[in-house]
Amino acid sequence: MEEPPLGYPTRLLEPGVTYAKATEDIASIPLRRIRSGWWWLAFATALFLLSFLMIAVSWLFIRGVGVWGINIPVAWGFAIVNFVWWIGIGHAGTLISAILLLLAQPWRNSINRLSEAMTIFAVLCAAMFPLLHLGRPWVFYFLLPYPDTMGLWPQFRSPLVWDAFAVGTYFTVSLLYWYIGLVPDFATLRDRETSPGMQRFYGIFALGWRGSAVHWERHQTAYRLLAGLATPLVLSVHSVVSLDFAVGLLPGWHSTIFPPYFVAGAIFSGFAMVLTLMLPLRSIFKLHDLITPHHLNNMACVMFVSGLMVGYGYFMETLMGLTSADPFEYANTIARLWGSWAPIFWAVILCNVLIPQVLWSRRVRTNEWMLFWVSIVINLGMWLERVMIVVCSLAKDFIPSSWGSYWPTAWDWATLIGSGGLFLTLFLLFIRLAPAIAISDVKELIAEKHHAP
Amino acid sequence: MTPLPYGLMAEFTTPEALIAAAQSATAQGYTRMDAYTPFPVEGLSRALGKKRNWLPLVFLLGGILGGSGGYFMEWYSMAVDYPLNIGGRPFHSWPSFIPVTFELTVLIAALSGVLGLFVSIKLPRPHHPIFNAPDFQRATDNRFFLCLEQDDPKFSLETARRFLHELKPVRIVEVPQ
Repeated sequence: MEEPPLGYPTRLLEPGVTYAKATEDIASIPLRRIRSGWWWLAFATALFLLSFLMIAVSWLFIRGVGVWGINIPVAWGFAIVNFVWWIGIGHAGTLISAILLLLAQPWRNSINRLSEAMTIFAVLCAAMFPLLHLGRPWVFYFLLPYPDTMGLWPQFRSPLVWDAFAVGTYFTVSLLYWYIGLVPDFATLRDRETSPGMQRFYGIFALGWRGSAVHWERHQTAYRLLAGLATPLVLSVHSVVSLDFAVGLLPGWHSTIFPPYFVAGAIFSGFAMVLTLMLPLRSIFKLHDLITPHHLNNMACVMFVSGLMVGYGYFMETLMGLTSADPFEYANTIARLWGSWAPIFWAVILCNVLIPQVLWSRRVRTNEWMLFWVSIVINLGMWLERVMIVVCSLAKDFIPSSWGSYWPTAWDWATLIGSGGLFLTLFLLFIRLAPAIAISDVKELIAEKHHAP
Repeated sequence: MTPLPYGLMAEFTTPEALIAAAQSATAQGYTRMDAYTPFPVEGLSRALGKKRNWLPLVFLLGGILGGSGGYFMEWYSMAVDYPLNIGGRPFHSWPSFIPVTFELTVLIAALSGVLGLFVSIKLPRPHHPIFNAPDFQRATDNRFFLCLEQDDPKFSLETARRFLHELKPVRIVEVPQ
């Protein structure tokens, strides 16, 4: 068979997909609990990993942040590394579901739901870390403006407060957007479900949706407006996160390239995570009709291009460091290039710049296994990049006598692994209980195809 | 005397047939009717003669409220209620108030828009007479329904049935009250 031509809008869905087949293919995953063996295996693993988090966080609450490897000068450590990493991952979901909706890219319709779910769970994992890092996590509400008996306010000039607002807004808007999209699909499940208990469960979430034309019209208006609101968030959230660093004066942080460089990195790592999650699901649940090679190619292209931007970011950072005539910037850059941080720096370059070059090849972009491994490498590389940003600058500031180093403890690792467990647990529960692909969006796509010659 | 049904409902297999049916029902002068589809059908609401919605306005007002309220809060707290002199910088340092203003604009716009959506479509509402129709579950699968409601001044069972019959639906059913 001839390979589908590059680009849109051909063959988004395999031929022969009808409305009823779309309902059956998607709804049968939660309804008929198909391929349960895989799911239980994965869920058991996820729960095992989640137990790491439970234990690590309990110990943290008992003993305080001293159980982590953080010190003075490296006060941020893994907690902030993981925060930036997770929140970056969330961005691809919003980009796929909101920006591609507004740009009328129909290929998003079979992958938007999964990516939105990924966004929400990733932001949840991310939001946990700064709170744990507070030292006194039970007073997290000090970050919010509330009627305080001491008459205090948050410091609104501080990027850390901006961050609380940015992440809170991002999470809330993503959750609303996701749920609004899910309501009609919950109605589909309600109408297909046979067990009365689960029927009631879906009925509650479907809110009595009946597919009325008037409801659909308003639903679409609200959905598109929410997409419009979510779109600037894709750019703003990671920009604000980057300001946590860029507003600080440390060498390697105090740089105007940070906001765009962080946003590109967020999209890069987010698409890598979407692929890491979607490729196994596609083959386990046999969704090849809905997630076609065309989708893989498109996602790989976005990932590749944002990766090139990230590479440009590394290049400019190094160039500016070497030519800045600021001895501390220079020392920081040298430490990355061939000093004490060289292993991390070159691992980042390998994972994020060199290995992704294989994506020039279309064969790699549509090959499940190759793409899966590249996406794993990028996930790792983007995590290392955040280690580089957070740790290297803090360890080497302006007074050589206060320079230090950082080494994570077992509790740091347990928290990181455990956050992965939390993410997987939520994600697996989601694909077991809710339609992982937006049923009504796919049907819209099928209807459009009927119109087209 | 048996009570009047909620309405008379015709079932179609394609969205195009449903739009055509909705247009001719509007042309016939029916006003109290609704269509039920498994996915949004472009132009269906217009074909039914329904008015445009005011949801965008709710989003806009929410955004204005959130943005201005957020900025006011920052100005009031930083410049009036608890002024802190940090390195002689101005109390009303507006550039650093922008991020939170922006985030609150988006947040309040989204929250009020979603609230407005549910208020305007009167959901959640778990029970509705339309669910009494036989096989109505297929409205969330692959069938397209047009329901003429009995409280329409033009509605009478015989004429409505004759009218729907001309549209060649798969079938016509009475929706019990």
